[in-house]
Amino acid sequence: MILYDRVSKMYASQQRPALDDVSVEIEKGEFIFLVGPSGSGKSTFLRLILREERPTSGKVWVAGKELSHLSNWKIPALRRQIGTVFQDFRLLPNKTVAENVAFALEVIGKPKAHINRVVPEVLEVVGLEGKELRRPDELSGGEQQRVAIARAFVNRPMILIADEPTGNLDPGTSADIMKLLDRINQLGTTVVMSTHDSNIVDQMRRRVIELDGGHLVRDQSRGVYGYAQ
Amino acid sequence: MRAQFVASEVGNGLRRNLTMTLAVIITVAVSLGLFGASMLVRAQVTTMKDFWYDKVEVSIFLCSKGSDTPSCGSQAVTKAQRDQIEADLESLRPLVQEVFYESKADAYARFQEQFKGSPIADNVTEGALPESFRVKLADPTSYEVVASAFAGRPGIEQVNDQRQILDKFFRLLGGLQLVALLIALSMLVVTVLLIVNTMRVAAFSRRRETGIMRLVGASNFYIQLPFLLEAAFSAAVGAVLAIGGLVLTKAIVIDNILAPSFQFTSFVGWDAVLAIAPLMFVTGIALAGLAAFFTLRKYLRV
Ligand SMILES: Nc1ncnc2c1ncn2[C@@H]1O[C@H](COP(=O)(O)OP(=O)(O)O)[C@@H](O)[C@H]1O
Ligand SMILES: [Mg+2]
Repeated sequence: MILYDRVSKMYASQQRPALDDVSVEIEKGEFIFLVGPSGSGKSTFLRLILREERPTSGKVWVAGKELSHLSNWKIPALRRQIGTVFQDFRLLPNKTVAENVAFALEVIGKPKAHINRVVPEVLEVVGLEGKELRRPDELSGGEQQRVAIARAFVNRPMILIADEPTGNLDPGTSADIMKLLDRINQLGTTVVMSTHDSNIVDQMRRRVIELDGGHLVRDQSRGVYGYAQ
Repeated sequence: MRAQFVASEVGNGLRRNLTMTLAVIITVAVSLGLFGASMLVRAQVTTMKDFWYDKVEVSIFLCSKGSDTPSCGSQAVTKAQRDQIEADLESLRPLVQEVFYESKADAYARFQEQFKGSPIADNVTEGALPESFRVKLADPTSYEVVASAFAGRPGIEQVNDQRQILDKFFRLLGGLQLVALLIALSMLVVTVLLIVNTMRVAAFSRRRETGIMRLVGASNFYIQLPFLLEAAFSAAVGAVLAIGGLVLTKAIVIDNILAPSFQFTSFVGWDAVLAIAPLMFVTGIALAGLAAFFTLRKYLRV
């Protein structure tokens, strides 16, 4: 599903590569934790999957396509197969919950009837029934992140990328969000999630990929947070 | 707290955008209006050239008693001289299209008619105006042929080409039109820059929306279309205002003020306005398109 082949990324303004010779393979249906200290290259790793950045060397394959040779007009089609969730939710403050989710479908030209059908469905999946007409500032942080997850999942993407999705949430709320991401994973979506939260990683016991200073220092199935020996 | 801050930021952005939109509309209207006006002046010069070149004549003024030009020697032209000049003019056909003789009495009558009601008319006596041949040339530019054949001949006081006087006037109008066009062009450049800046501000104030659109896989078309439409809308409104200004200029300034006061010449018709208006509209839309080309590629790509 996702294949990194000796990928390095050097930002123009930086002395040291953000990713250095990383090779990793992620199978369809896996749930991956991407861990490592701040600045270790986790967000860069995720941005490469979305073709928001291109590798300086090496190749990234997503869903059978090698991304550095993907022409610009094909990028939207790639991103429609990938849902994204961030620490800061990235909701539109002047739209309701339902409108925020519908927005993601409207801007890719989905018909109105389809939108009216799938938006309530996905809001039920994330447990937001009854809150369709609220605005983001009338929701708790956990609920806002559920809206963001609903928006990322409404298109039933093959891959869900979550960049520190629980970073702004308290432990109890984080656990609820993890249950939701686990459920989405069980519905068949490959989930790649970066995190700082050792409790979550230790509880879930899923594959852990650890980065440190751009190097891949650990790739362990059923891992715990901890550090590479 | 955070959402509130963001909401107020978006609100500010939209308000700022409203004033920018007004600025764009006004700038487009002024620059296109100037552009249209310069095109109208140009059409006017063409109309006047057509009108006047058709009427201009070469005038061969004959000697009167007391003319101190050497070719006259203070003597009035003799009948033999006059007949010879007329015969020579006739021999220049077909270059010479029409010849007619204007006696002192004819000249006086025409002068009285032209300056009717003006004090100049009362100060001129019948004998003061010279008799002349009025020659209409098939090709008004070949004046030199006539001038070289007749200037300085006995009995001829002066050979005059009205076209030369007109040309000075037309050159002046042409110069004015060029200046107006140059100002209009620099205004159009300013307009493009303003639209570029407006789109940039709009793109910045809506970076949250466009960021989400990019992430969920919206195509460039979907992301850029609203910005394009906004620019096109402002440009179209500005163009319509400018065209309205042009129509008012034609209806009020030209038809109601200039035309009644200057009846001796013709003015541009509605056909000129009809030709210029679409040009202004297309130029306005092209300005927005040009600005969009510069902005969208840089600030709103996937
Ligand atoms: N857009 C960028 N331009 C320049 N340097 C960047 C950019 N994004 C990240 N970096 C640098 O790359 C390194 C890795 O950053 P990042 O991938 O954000 O790590 P993490 O998400 O693990 O905190 C850091 O040193 C960071 O400063
Ligand atoms: Mg990060």
